[in-house]
Amino acid sequence: MRRAPQIALLPDGRRLHLQDGPIDLIVEASGKEADVRSAYEAAVRRFKGLLDELCAELAELRKPADPLHCRLEGVVARRMHAAVAPFAADCFITPMAAVAGSVAEEILGAMQGAAQLRRAYVNNGGDIALHLEGSERFRVGLMDRPDRQGVMRTMTIDADDPSRGIATSGRHGRSFSLGIADAVTVLARTASQADAAATIIANAVDLPGHPAVVRCPATDLQPESDLGRRLVTRDVGRLTRGEVGMALAAGESVTLKLLAVGLIDGAVLCLFGEKAFVGMRKLQAHGERALKIA
Amino acid sequence: MVTDATNTAIGDKIRCDACPVMCYIRPGAAGACDRYANQDGQLVRVDPHIVLERTVSHGGRLVPFQVTGDWDGKIVHQPDIFVTAIGAGTTYPDYKPAPFIVSSEVDGVDMVTVVTEGIFSYCGVKVKIDTDRYLGPETATVRAQDEAVGHVTTSEYGSQMLSLGGVHHLTGGSKKEGRVTCDTLMDLSNCKPVELTIDGGATVIVQAGHPPIVNGVAEERMRVGCGSATIGMFARQWHAKVDEVVVVDDHITGVLSEHQAGKLLDIADTGIKMKGHRSTPGRYFQVAEPGTGWGGTNISDPLAILGPFDVREARPGMTMLMVSTTGEHAGYYVLDDALRPIEKEMPPDLKLSVERIQENCEPALCTVLFMAGAGGSLRAGVTDNPVRLTRSVKDALTRVTSGGAPVYVWPGGGITFMVDVTQMPAGAFGYVPTPALVAPIEFTLKLSDYAALGGHMDHVRPLSTLRNHAEIRQAPSMPGRRA
Repeated sequence: MRRAPQIALLPDGRRLHLQDGPIDLIVEASGKEADVRSAYEAAVRRFKGLLDELCAELAELRKPADPLHCRLEGVVARRMHAAVAPFAADCFITPMAAVAGSVAEEILGAMQGAAQLRRAYVNNGGDIALHLEGSERFRVGLMDRPDRQGVMRTMTIDADDPSRGIATSGRHGRSFSLGIADAVTVLARTASQADAAATIIANAVDLPGHPAVVRCPATDLQPESDLGRRLVTRDVGRLTRGEVGMALAAGESVTLKLLAVGLIDGAVLCLFGEKAFVGMRKLQAHGERALKIA
Repeated sequence: MVTDATNTAIGDKIRCDACPVMCYIRPGAAGACDRYANQDGQLVRVDPHIVLERTVSHGGRLVPFQVTGDWDGKIVHQPDIFVTAIGAGTTYPDYKPAPFIVSSEVDGVDMVTVVTEGIFSYCGVKVKIDTDRYLGPETATVRAQDEAVGHVTTSEYGSQMLSLGGVHHLTGGSKKEGRVTCDTLMDLSNCKPVELTIDGGATVIVQAGHPPIVNGVAEERMRVGCGSATIGMFARQWHAKVDEVVVVDDHITGVLSEHQAGKLLDIADTGIKMKGHRSTPGRYFQVAEPGTGWGGTNISDPLAILGPFDVREARPGMTMLMVSTTGEHAGYYVLDDALRPIEKEMPPDLKLSVERIQENCEPALCTVLFMAGAGGSLRAGVTDNPVRLTRSVKDALTRVTSGGAPVYVWPGGGITFMVDVTQMPAGAFGYVPTPALVAPIEFTLKLSDYAALGGHMDHVRPLSTLRNHAEIRQAPSMPGRRA
């Protein structure tokens, strides 16, 4: 089969769509017209060949990360490792847990290096790298469940906030989860850090051994999954309110630790309509609206 | 749900080569990209589908953004959008509703388009090659890359016909035969050139919408008609300018003086003696072997099809025009004292008649009709009660299109359709390693009719919800051809 990355503006004429294999990016920049164009051109240049670069080290990227040493060479691969390394001493994690955020960050970096932008984002399937300057701000919609439309909350990130990365993880997403969270959305300094932390927290929202939770080895679903034969969540049956609270509390305690050491700026944990907020002061309730970054 | 890996047949996995991740994909699962999936051992595409925009000239509205490489076809959306099945994906059509069931208002009627991509093992192409040149005997095997991919079938008026593909070549022969057949069908359907060699015949390069290239020579024109028809069409123009005209044709060679048209003009007998056997007066079959010479015969000297002139009728000085059915070959002859035809310079008014024949020949093209049957499980993706869809198509309540192009639905059982591939958007066809072709198919019907035939009403989505996730391509002009 022949492969050609998809590179095109979306029908609104503003946003750039880049897709290659599993990488699917929505990019938007604002600034002077010439700057936006230069930024998009830089994004496209960096995008081409990026997947091949990652795949060259795929075997190593799928192995559990060494907390101290990085044997990877590619700049994106090394960023993936750096993002997961803080967790690697305490639990199983591979650099793949941060692949989406790391790619988003790389493309955003290429754009920042090529032009003066007021505002920009690279959204890699919900893992988002942000650029903000001056009085610019992003309004971010949070979804209850990644597989459904509808925003439950919005929050505003302005240039004074330290967060430049947003990521969401959960059992409905494209990658497998060891936990049962419907969604965990994390704000962090970078998209790669947010991505890794969201994975860790979503795994922690769990009820180990609960009969209503259906699990199967990851390799039964994806033979080459970096999770190996670890049990990933396939379905969650009925849980009592108390059980939902217990699962969220388990995730919350992990989240608080990450917040305390500065690995994240905040997180929202969702399970069966219940939510736990950690370090998210600016959240506002919101009606049913499509997920939007504006 | 919890399964043991040892219970799962490893052999069911597919290695996807769509991108360098090279995922192994288990049956029923998708690869890392969510764009390719394994359906019963077949790799299928589940990409965002294409919304085909039926607008002919859209130049100013394009959004150019591509640093290098080809424009990928995305344009700003405008009204009059038709949703095609290209890229709609074929994941599990057997038990899951078709990937997109779209509703849109058309002329105030709430219409539903059920969009899916069919995987067709029972499929092939019918190729019409506008040429009188001999391509090979009927039923002869047609080969691509030395593999049998089809055969020569009964010729049509002015055209040679090939029937390629079909389940026998796709899955009944060797693995290589299946793969080459699949590639050949896909390339022909995607309007790419393909070199075909016919056993005991010619090598021809076929490309939909382009002239055929037979043994390295590009065909220019179709014949104006058979030899007899040509006599009928031009008899009046030849009358009184020449004593005899022979229109050389592999099928029916016409002779003016003997032909009904000549008789009506009181053209005198000339004592001409034709080879081959006479069908009716002035019409001869098999004057020569088929070939790539004059009028689709194997001759380069037209006099080879004549016997000696009859001394009782012929006289020295008599004139004769010999011409092929395309006007490509022509010669002017005068009988000498021994009643032998001697080639001479053609008088201008006869030259004009030869040019007139050329002018009346249409450009020779290759045309490719993709033909496939949607009789099986594909229908279940559309409705709970598959046979009702078939009936609805037969009753003309449901319109079937392929990539937005009109199709001819063959009468009788099932939904067997044919579509002109030049009417379809670029790259409409794909394949799965079965091997089988993936082709788009859409069913459009009234929302109320859709409900009545047991449609998946809970999966109907308004057109507006698709636009954000869909590619929009410019439709080829209809009924014109894609450049």
